[in-house]
Amino acid sequence: MKEIIIIIVTAVFVNNVVLSQFMGICAFLGVSKQLKSSLGMGGAVIFVMVCATACTYPVYMLLERFEITYLRTVAFILVIAMFVQLIEIVMKKTMPPLYKALGVYLPLITTNCAVLGVTVANIDEGYSFPQSIANAFGTGLAFTLALVLFSGVRARISGSDIPETFKGVPATLIAAAIVSLSFMGFSGMSL
Amino acid sequence: MNENKPLSAEFTKGLLKENPVLVMLLGMCPTLAVTTLASNAIGMGLATTFVLVCSNFVISLLKGVIPKAVRLPCFIVIIAGFVTLISFVLQRFLPGLYESLGVFLTLITVNCIILGRAEAFASKNKLLPSVLDGLGMGLGFTGALFVMGSLREILGAGSWFGIKLPLISQEPMLIFIMPAGGFFVLGCVIALVNRLAKKKPPKEISCENCPSAALCGMDKAGCKASSPAESEAAE
Repeated sequence: MKEIIIIIVTAVFVNNVVLSQFMGICAFLGVSKQLKSSLGMGGAVIFVMVCATACTYPVYMLLERFEITYLRTVAFILVIAMFVQLIEIVMKKTMPPLYKALGVYLPLITTNCAVLGVTVANIDEGYSFPQSIANAFGTGLAFTLALVLFSGVRARISGSDIPETFKGVPATLIAAAIVSLSFMGFSGMSL
Repeated sequence: MNENKPLSAEFTKGLLKENPVLVMLLGMCPTLAVTTLASNAIGMGLATTFVLVCSNFVISLLKGVIPKAVRLPCFIVIIAGFVTLISFVLQRFLPGLYESLGVFLTLITVNCIILGRAEAFASKNKLLPSVLDGLGMGLGFTGALFVMGSLREILGAGSWFGIKLPLISQEPMLIFIMPAGGFFVLGCVIALVNRLAKKKPPKEISCENCPSAALCGMDKAGCKASSPAESEAAE
């Protein structure tokens, strides 16, 4: 149990997926404009990450069994793409309110590199199944945290007077640098 | 008009005018993650260029065969195949680079530039323009990575391609090779490009210039706005 908690805390704070590993930057910069969409995207990512890990872990064992682990990238991305589509269809039928909240963000998740990144990292780190699930959950949580924190920062930028050339994306990136700086405080921690 | 001019335009537009990173704001993840050293940046850029050229080549050949409804999974599988290929080649011949790129080599699969070019260009154009487009975009990406990598390595480590530079190698500003420095340098480089281009800052990063925009209902408005040359070619 202690191990699981350590994995989650490490994923959320020490190795934040967006701010120190640079995965899912496109979604991070694109969706963090408002708190509401940040939460929606975060929720969808947590959900897909956990489910995708639950699917890719057995798939990898299968690949290992037949000694074709070099097909990992192809197999994983197919599983993720298929899975996202499946969730979308199932959710639309069975949980319309949830679909309404998360639906827009689902297709974007296929190309969110954090999802493929976390499934690959789980294998590379040699995590067991429960550890992989914990890591996926923690990574999703980290993504959500980064988005939610940053949406607050962005609300401030939009109201401030900045030089013309820095308006828009450059200012956003520099704000992200400052937020990332605050996460560096955790980087020395070894749990 | 003869054939040469449009063809060379397909190649050169990716280098500066429609540079995938600095102007179209695609593929930010590798741009930030692997540019701590200039040599890593070049390695990543060339690996991506290889995948981009090959996938554009194959997708352009198969454009009549792939059913429209399942085109994205097909594209992704083709791309993932080439990514597997290049990671084998790097693992065998450049193990040092393979180690330092790490998981980001695998993540070339989901680089928006590659899927974006497949969707917006290669699936609608002939073989030669597609290959040239891939090459131009790939080299534009490499160039942007190289600029980022050089700046961060010189400022943050006091060296360039591993060669120690006088004066700054004594006390390098470590912050530049940390994650925060990556965001900062990219922000400044994009601001500089805005300044040089003397135009309105590029559109915000949003659904509009995301390759999967077509999936989520944003449809082609964004694609066409970001690259007028292609919509002409598509016609």
